[in-house]
Amino acid sequence: MPSEISKELFEHLVELAALGLKPEEAEYLHNELNKQLNVIEELASISLDDSISAASHGVPYSASIRPPLREDQIIPSGISTEILDQTPETEAGYIVVPKIPHETLE
Amino acid sequence: MELCDLPAHELAARIRNREVSAVEALDSALARVRAVDGDPGRLEGFREDGDRVHAFITLTEERARARAISIDEKIGKGEDNGPLVGVPFTAKDIFTVKGVLATAASRILSNFVAPYTATPIQRLEAAGAVMLGKVNLDEFTYGSSNESSAYQPAPRNPWDTSRVPGGSSGGSAAAVAAGEGAFSLGTDTSGSIRQPAAFCGVVGLKPTYGRVSRYGLIAFGSSLDCPGPLARNVRDAALMMNAIAGADPRDATAAAVPVPDYTADLEKGVKGLRIGLSPDYGQLTFFNHDTGQLDARPLPKEISEAVARAADLFSNLGAEIVENVSMPHTRYGIPTYFVISRVEASSNLHRYDGVKYGYRTQEKVANLRELYRKTRAEGFGPQPKLRILMGMYVSAAQYAEQYYQRALRVRSLIRSDFDAAFDPNGKHRLDALLTATTPTTAFPMGQLYGDSVLMQYADQLTVTANHAGVPAISIPAGLSSERLPIGIQFIGPDFSEAKLFQISRAYEEATETESWRAEKPKVLATV
Repeated sequence: MPSEISKELFEHLVELAALGLKPEEAEYLHNELNKQLNVIEELASISLDDSISAASHGVPYSASIRPPLREDQIIPSGISTEILDQTPETEAGYIVVPKIPHETLE
Repeated sequence: MELCDLPAHELAARIRNREVSAVEALDSALARVRAVDGDPGRLEGFREDGDRVHAFITLTEERARARAISIDEKIGKGEDNGPLVGVPFTAKDIFTVKGVLATAASRILSNFVAPYTATPIQRLEAAGAVMLGKVNLDEFTYGSSNESSAYQPAPRNPWDTSRVPGGSSGGSAAAVAAGEGAFSLGTDTSGSIRQPAAFCGVVGLKPTYGRVSRYGLIAFGSSLDCPGPLARNVRDAALMMNAIAGADPRDATAAAVPVPDYTADLEKGVKGLRIGLSPDYGQLTFFNHDTGQLDARPLPKEISEAVARAADLFSNLGAEIVENVSMPHTRYGIPTYFVISRVEASSNLHRYDGVKYGYRTQEKVANLRELYRKTRAEGFGPQPKLRILMGMYVSAAQYAEQYYQRALRVRSLIRSDFDAAFDPNGKHRLDALLTATTPTTAFPMGQLYGDSVLMQYADQLTVTANHAGVPAISIPAGLSSERLPIGIQFIGPDFSEAKLFQISRAYEEATETESWRAEKPKVLATV
């Protein structure tokens, strides 16, 4: 039985992702997600024995090609002004944000 | 022939010999941009001209002119300026260049001026190349047609401007095909260099993962992304690789493997090489929503014939053609990609929040959470939103085992197909696998856009190399009856780029006098 992302789960994901969606946009995205999920379901049919491990990269990073570890070095970037210039709002070198809501964790 | 139509290696030689100046080369490329490109992409109020290429987002004319003048001065003093001296090029707008906008074709980065330069760009400029500007792409590279760019009009295919250039490096491929720069720096996460190269009739290489540094590349799928060259001929792509490949103290995944001279073996031919053909790359396997079953469809005749013709040609040149190489996990490439790339994309996209840099909502907000929500809702287009949501779903604690962990293990299976095919002591002992690059030629604009599943299947023949990490190149192999380019692909073992260039060059040389080689993209008919 193919899985489906329910409306409730979809809304939960949207909230977690901090996305506000317009209704028609939500409908399109929800529909596309379920179409993609149909394709992904094929993975469930592949037999995988225990000898097959997860690959974090296709290329195995053997010791011979891995960049060697080195001592930490301090290299001043000299670009802190350029970086802060990208910030929508700053005050005395600090980034200004709106009030941070406090939530009580259960 | 205009200077902008010359191969990069010829142009550099003429500049080095002072036959032409770097400024003249730049002016020629800029004249071509003005003649064929139309208005650059923008967020609002764009003007579309259906006969133009629309490859650019940002033209960096002043910066380029300053560099060209300085190169000419140095040449005047007899100083060596590198193998790509004075050659104009473009960069996909997913790389950072200090002081230049880096938009990723997204509203959320529409005001981001990069404070540092990406390693591959810095290395191309150190080799003497002159960046003309930044070219369009699918938003954050998420697509295979360029239609998802927030910067419209989207690029069009120079061979037929009613069709897409492919993607996501579509602006790169279109610009190179139209003579707007001799080459372009692109990225390939599932085929984003090779598919547009095939659609636009140019050469495109996805290097081995880790061969080229990702420093300064705005990330999509961090375990899959590969910067690489798009060029009009094999030698130029090899020269680009000479410049950009190699270890980088700023990217721990840039492999510590010595960089050979990629031009050294170009003319060695294919005698004695073993080139494989696999039936698993001769068909398109896809999930049919109507029947709920897997369907397999053969590739269009003109495309499979281009592959067969190439095999015959190599056989005549003394290569050994190995048929029936089994690559049984090929068809899992797309479902696996739907999981891995989405998880990595959603993780990479969390940083865009309207706080530190980039776009911030102009609406009044009550608190930080609302700032995030409004900024991301307004700043991201539908394709980034889809990837964020899918990535969060398949990596959620209760589903990760079923989807993400499983996909990482299937990636090992896909890799094992290549390990077996290339094993020097194995049954096939291949130097390279020969396949088609794409299951279709360039499709009309508007045909697939919106259907995120069908669009993804445009990458079915290319995505396996990203999963396996191995290098793969697409080269032009003729024109269809509709006069659209067809690409063929060679996939080789880790770090075998030099061999892939050697094979590609043998094909290029053997077909040099074929009539299709003389045909040019339609947009060039009027220049």
